[in-house]
Amino acid sequence: MTDSHAGQPTHDVTVEVNGRREQRAVPARLLLSDFLRHELGLTGTHVGCEHGVCGACTVLVDGEAVRSCLLFAVQADGAEVTTVESLGTPENLHPLQEAFRATHGLQCGFCTPGFLMSLLPFLEENSDPSETEIREALSGNLCRCTGYQNIVEAVREAARAAREAADATPLSGGRS
Amino acid sequence: MSTRLFGKRIPRQEDARLLTGRALFVDDVDLPDALHVAFLRSDFAHANILSIDTATAAARPGVHGVFTADSLGDYWQPGPLLVPPPPIDGIEFHPRTQVPLARGKVRHTGEAIVAVVAESRYLAEDALADLYVDLDPLPAVVDLEGALADDAARLHEDLPSNLAARAFQGKGDYDTARREADLVLGRRFHYDHGIAASMENRGVVAHWDERLEQMTIWDTTQAPIPIRNGLAAMLGLAESQVQVIAPFIGGGFGPKIMMYYPEEVLVPWLAMRLGRPIKWIEDRQENFFATTHERAQIHDAELAIRSDGKILGVQDRFLHDSGAYSPYGLTVPINSQCTLLGPYDIPNYSSEFRCVYTTKTLVTPYRGAGRQHGVFVIERLLDLAARELGIDRVEIRRRNLLPPDAFPLDHGIIYQDFTSLTYDSGNYLPALEKAVETIGYEQFLAEEQPRLRREGKAVGIGLVNYVEGTGIGPYEGARVTVGASGKVNVATGVGTQGQGHFTSFAQVVAEQLGVEVSDVRVTTGDTREFPWGTGTFASRGAVVAGNACHAAALEVRKKILKLASEVLEAAEEDLEIRDGKVFVRGVPTSAVSLGELAIRANPMRGAVAPGTEPGLEATTYFGPDHGSTASGTHAMIVEVDTETFTVEIKRYVVVHDCGKVINPMILDGQMHGGVAQGIGNAFFEQILYDEDGQLLNASFMDYLLPTATDVPTIETDHVETPAPLNPLGVKGAGEAGAIPVGPLFAQAVEDALHRPGLEILEIPLSPNRLFELFHGEEQE
Repeated sequence: MTDSHAGQPTHDVTVEVNGRREQRAVPARLLLSDFLRHELGLTGTHVGCEHGVCGACTVLVDGEAVRSCLLFAVQADGAEVTTVESLGTPENLHPLQEAFRATHGLQCGFCTPGFLMSLLPFLEENSDPSETEIREALSGNLCRCTGYQNIVEAVREAARAAREAADATPLSGGRS
Repeated sequence: MSTRLFGKRIPRQEDARLLTGRALFVDDVDLPDALHVAFLRSDFAHANILSIDTATAAARPGVHGVFTADSLGDYWQPGPLLVPPPPIDGIEFHPRTQVPLARGKVRHTGEAIVAVVAESRYLAEDALADLYVDLDPLPAVVDLEGALADDAARLHEDLPSNLAARAFQGKGDYDTARREADLVLGRRFHYDHGIAASMENRGVVAHWDERLEQMTIWDTTQAPIPIRNGLAAMLGLAESQVQVIAPFIGGGFGPKIMMYYPEEVLVPWLAMRLGRPIKWIEDRQENFFATTHERAQIHDAELAIRSDGKILGVQDRFLHDSGAYSPYGLTVPINSQCTLLGPYDIPNYSSEFRCVYTTKTLVTPYRGAGRQHGVFVIERLLDLAARELGIDRVEIRRRNLLPPDAFPLDHGIIYQDFTSLTYDSGNYLPALEKAVETIGYEQFLAEEQPRLRREGKAVGIGLVNYVEGTGIGPYEGARVTVGASGKVNVATGVGTQGQGHFTSFAQVVAEQLGVEVSDVRVTTGDTREFPWGTGTFASRGAVVAGNACHAAALEVRKKILKLASEVLEAAEEDLEIRDGKVFVRGVPTSAVSLGELAIRANPMRGAVAPGTEPGLEATTYFGPDHGSTASGTHAMIVEVDTETFTVEIKRYVVVHDCGKVINPMILDGQMHGGVAQGIGNAFFEQILYDEDGQLLNASFMDYLLPTATDVPTIETDHVETPAPLNPLGVKGAGEAGAIPVGPLFAQAVEDALHRPGLEILEIPLSPNRLFELFHGEEQE
């Protein structure tokens, strides 16, 4: 990707992405979403609108859900970034991913990584959310396929599974 | 077979890849040395192009080429007419198709004029600012009726007017029906459809391998095979030299059909021309301007009805907005014309539409594809007649439903598939009664509504019906192969945009071959895997491709049994296939695995009998004579805040009949999503053009999609009237959810507002518009 920055001044950026230290020289205007996708090859983060509405590009920056299309990569210098690739694998899904699968909480799947990343911090703070709370939490992410109903169900299911897991091992502080 | 897999709620095979971010979407294709394209698009709706100066842009660092219509040479051609004029007597159609880059003039805002190729999208977009294009504006053509005025500016100067098409269809004798009617009720209806707004924008990546003489194209298309065929011809290549891959697609809903979009046509050409892979990914703003829309129709419709509520006839004259070009023919207005008839016995029908060219983005099918416009008109007419005649809204529908013995029913008018509109089957009353009962219609009207009204609440109920012609031909195919591992591979030609084909087709095949669904790998959307077919649209995937999979699986099943009978030295009738093995019934020790049979079916030495085909494989095609007719009833309860005019949906009930169901979980999902899009359409979504043809709300800040707080829990239920024209008995379900929401919304809100004289004759209805209607301002 070196030529793609032809003629543009670059800045050194160091980011810890999914626990791995990444260092690149990038133009100041490179979006964090493009940095993750096209510099680091982490294409699980999707770009749906590039103006911060659809939420498909949501990642965690220092533990908080943010829209990676509204940040420049240089703004993430020194931060910890977590993307969907850090969750489960196809053979060993994260419980939230498993809940989406079990409840048919996705159809085309394009918006799904953004939903998952928005929900991670929400579920950490809300172990037993009501439907209203779930819908509020989802309202910053757009999905055009599901009508949200099964996503709501997935969140309920994931919260239930997390509570059961916590009951079984009282000392565990939530999963990582 | 040990267990039935057909009809089960089986979680989807594709989900693990999608959930972990490992599924390949077009924008995930990052090829080494790829160059990127950005387009300069017209800021004007209608203008002559006086000059284009590309020199400064071309000289910028990182820019590899700047292309205008003139630089394309012979490659510049108007796109193909995708759907020719249907065989309707007296039809008039003046097709004009979109061009790769505008030449001479532009006809809508966002029409591409110049393509810039650079090392990155950032650099390509920088260069756009250095292009100097001199446009001389012409009057915009925005209003549908104004477009046909004598003094309207003409989009296509070689045509006598902006009339794109005119078609009349009908049956019986409406004029007589009108004379015999006790009540003739005429109204003007405006129905504006939203845009698809799939979460993934469009994109094309093309790679020309000069040494192999192979073109590979990753394309967000619903129809990779037609795209491959068309592009091969345009590029002067054989079909076998072009591979089009539609990988995971982030929602289609119609506009990603085989459009030969300018970008789709240009990107492969640029890859050959420049000798580098080329990538173009649409951004959201481009999506609003450059991806096709569905938009407004204006209907002047009349219902002739007896005092007992029996429909004698309907007359409809409507205008359809075609936008600047008409590559997809007349599919949308024909769907409106045909679908208006719905589940009702309408003996006399007279319908004429006129399509007009306007200086707006092209109109092509989007989920529902004009059907909802027709449903809106008939359902609203019935509501108005019910009120006028003092008949209950549900009762007037009951009195007009076609009886179960009416099928097959040939309406004698031409449908979008060019055959006579024929309902293959149907049984409408049970769905209606189920919806009435589930939502508690009688009790709501008798008890709840009066009680809530006394409390000052504006609550209303609605119930509407619809019929959807689904699963149209011409055909699809599938190849089913049992591998040496005993696992099964299924290849089809359709594309997948979230409908769950990887699972539902696997269920169909696993059912016949006695394997687990997880042992069946389905490929869709790769022309190298399967080279024949049409595409995913018109609610046809499960019906047409699903039945092709079924037929191929049956062929393979025969081959399995024949070979196993030789191996196990038992009659075929005594064999059963389960758990990936063939058993001799009653002799559990005598068995052979499918993998072992696959190896034996492909011998390395020795002679085979004449006519032997190698492998446990079959390729089969399915093409129905007619589509299959799905139907259903939706009901809802709403509460309207009479100060803010926000509408809260209290309950939403869907009772749907799509014949046999392959996977009820996937089907429910289709219903939920369709209804959500219908709600968006009824309530939030409207593309706004000003009088200069400027699109005013081209962002998700201004064009509002429904969020999780806007869509209620949708209660789904089904009745099952199997389709007689395909072996699986299935009917399409992809579009149904979206079709009847507009008239349902209008009926329920009208009931809630409960104001004499208030008639809702338009969709969409924002709170603002409801306020205006309620308070009488701008009442027409």
